[in-house]
Amino acid sequence: MTAFSRLSCVMIQPLLTRVVRRIAARHPSLFARLGPHQATDFLIDPIELPFALHLRPDPDALVFRAVPRDAAPEPGALIRGKFMLLLELMDAEEDGDAAFFSRDLEISGDTEAVVRLRNALDDVDGSIADETAAMFGAPGRAILARLRRNYPTQETGAFAP
Amino acid sequence: MSLAELICPAGTPAALRTAVDAGADAVYCGFQDATNARNFPGLNFTPDELADAVVYAHAKGTKVLLALNTYPPAGKVDLWRQAADTGARLGVDAFIVADMGVADYIAQTHPQVRLHLSVQAAASSPEAIRYYCERFGVKRVVLPRILTIPEIKQVRKDIPCEIETFIFGNHGLMVEGRCSLTNYLTGQSTNMDGVCSPASDVEYKRDADGTMSSQLAGFTIDCFGPDEKAGYPTICKGRYTAPHRPDAYYAFEEPVSLNLSRLLPELIDAGVHAFKIEGRQRSKSYVRGVVTAFRHAVDDIRAGRPADMANLVALTEGQKQTQGAFETKKWR
Repeated sequence: MTAFSRLSCVMIQPLLTRVVRRIAARHPSLFARLGPHQATDFLIDPIELPFALHLRPDPDALVFRAVPRDAAPEPGALIRGKFMLLLELMDAEEDGDAAFFSRDLEISGDTEAVVRLRNALDDVDGSIADETAAMFGAPGRAILARLRRNYPTQETGAFAP
Repeated sequence: MSLAELICPAGTPAALRTAVDAGADAVYCGFQDATNARNFPGLNFTPDELADAVVYAHAKGTKVLLALNTYPPAGKVDLWRQAADTGARLGVDAFIVADMGVADYIAQTHPQVRLHLSVQAAASSPEAIRYYCERFGVKRVVLPRILTIPEIKQVRKDIPCEIETFIFGNHGLMVEGRCSLTNYLTGQSTNMDGVCSPASDVEYKRDADGTMSSQLAGFTIDCFGPDEKAGYPTICKGRYTAPHRPDAYYAFEEPVSLNLSRLLPELIDAGVHAFKIEGRQRSKSYVRGVVTAFRHAVDDIRAGRPADMANLVALTEGQKQTQGAFETKKWR
C-alpha cells in the first residue's frame, strides 16, 4: 500500500460517504432492482486512480469507500475500466454492453450482481454525477467539468455528447 | 407507403421515457417475471411502474405494447393470464404473444386489446400467419429474421395482417421460439422462463495476458484474445472445437448484430408496417442513440431525403453488423 494511495483514500472518504447517502435518499427505487445483491460487495476499479471503490449497496448499512487496491476486500463482483467510462456508465451516458463488447469494460465475479447494479443505475433519471457535483456548489461543478475535460471520452460512445 | 412505425425497446421505466422522448411510435416492455423473453435480473416493470409508463407514453402519443411472449409450462397458465389481465386493466395498446393458449385467453377475455404475434411464434409462412389471424384475431405478425425482402413482399400479399420486422439489434435467430441450448447447460428455459444464458450462470475469467473466457454453467463457450471484440455469452454465439475443426469456430452463429438501416426504403416498399429495434436488456444510452438515429432515418425516407445512419456499429455485438437473410440467404 503506497502512502499516496492511503492518503488519497483518507481525503476522499468524507465526500464518498456524503455522496452515497444523498443518492440513496434521492433514488430509493435503486435498491428494489438490486434485489438480493444489496448485500454484495462490489469493487469498482477506475484504472487511472490511485485507489478502488468498495460498494455494498445495503440500504440499512450503506458502504461506499475508497480502498487501496492491495487492501481491497475480496469482491463479490469486480467492475474495472477507465474513470470516465465508469462515470458515464453510472449516468447511462455510455452503453455497458457496448463497452463490454469493445473490451473497455472488464467484469468478473458474480455476473448477476453486475447486471442488477447496471439495471438499477440505468433506471435513474438524470445524472448522478451532476447531482453529486451540485452538492458541492460551483466548486463541485467546476471539478466535474475539469474531470470530463481531462479524461477522454471512450471511443465506444458513438452517441456521447 | 406503409406507416413505418418505430417500435422501441424499454427495459426500465427510465428507458421507456427515453424511447418516448426520442420519438418512438410505440414501446414494448414486460413484467418482472417469466411472462416475457427478457426476464433478466433488475430489468422490467412492476404493475405500478407500467401504470405510470402507460400514462407517460399515451400523453405523448406513443403506444405501449406488453410482451407476453413466452410459453407457459403445461398446466401453469395463471401467471400469463394474470399478466394479461393486469395489462388490459392498465390500458396497454397491444399484447405481443407467442403461445396459442395465451393468445386464445386474450382473444376471449380482452378482445378489445390488439394481439401481435411475437417472433417467438416463428410464423413465417402465409398459412401459419393466417391461422393465427383467423383463430385469435392477430392484427400484426413480427416476422422471423429468415426471410428475404422479396419473400416479405410476397407474404404481405398473402396475409390479412400488418407486418413488423426487426431492423436493429441482437441477431440470435436460430429457430426463434424453439431454441433449447440454454436449457441443456443451465436447466432454465429461454422459451418458458424467459431467460437465455441467465446471468447467475455466466462467469468471465481473465488471464494475466488479457485473454478473457466466458463461461456458462461452468462450460467455456468462448475465449477472446486481449484485443479481440467480445459478444454475448450465449451458446449460439460461442466458439467450439470439433474433431473436424480443431481450431475453435462459430458452430452456430457469430456475434454480430442486425442493422437494416440501408434497407429501410426497400422494407417500406415491401409493405412492412412497423420496424422493431431489439434491446430491452440494453441501456438508456443505447435506446437514446438507436431510437434517435432511426427516427431521423424514417422521417428522412418518408420525406424523400437520404438517411444518415453512421455510427451505429459501435453499439453492435462484437462491433460487427449484418443485413442477415434480409439481404441474402447466404449471409454466413
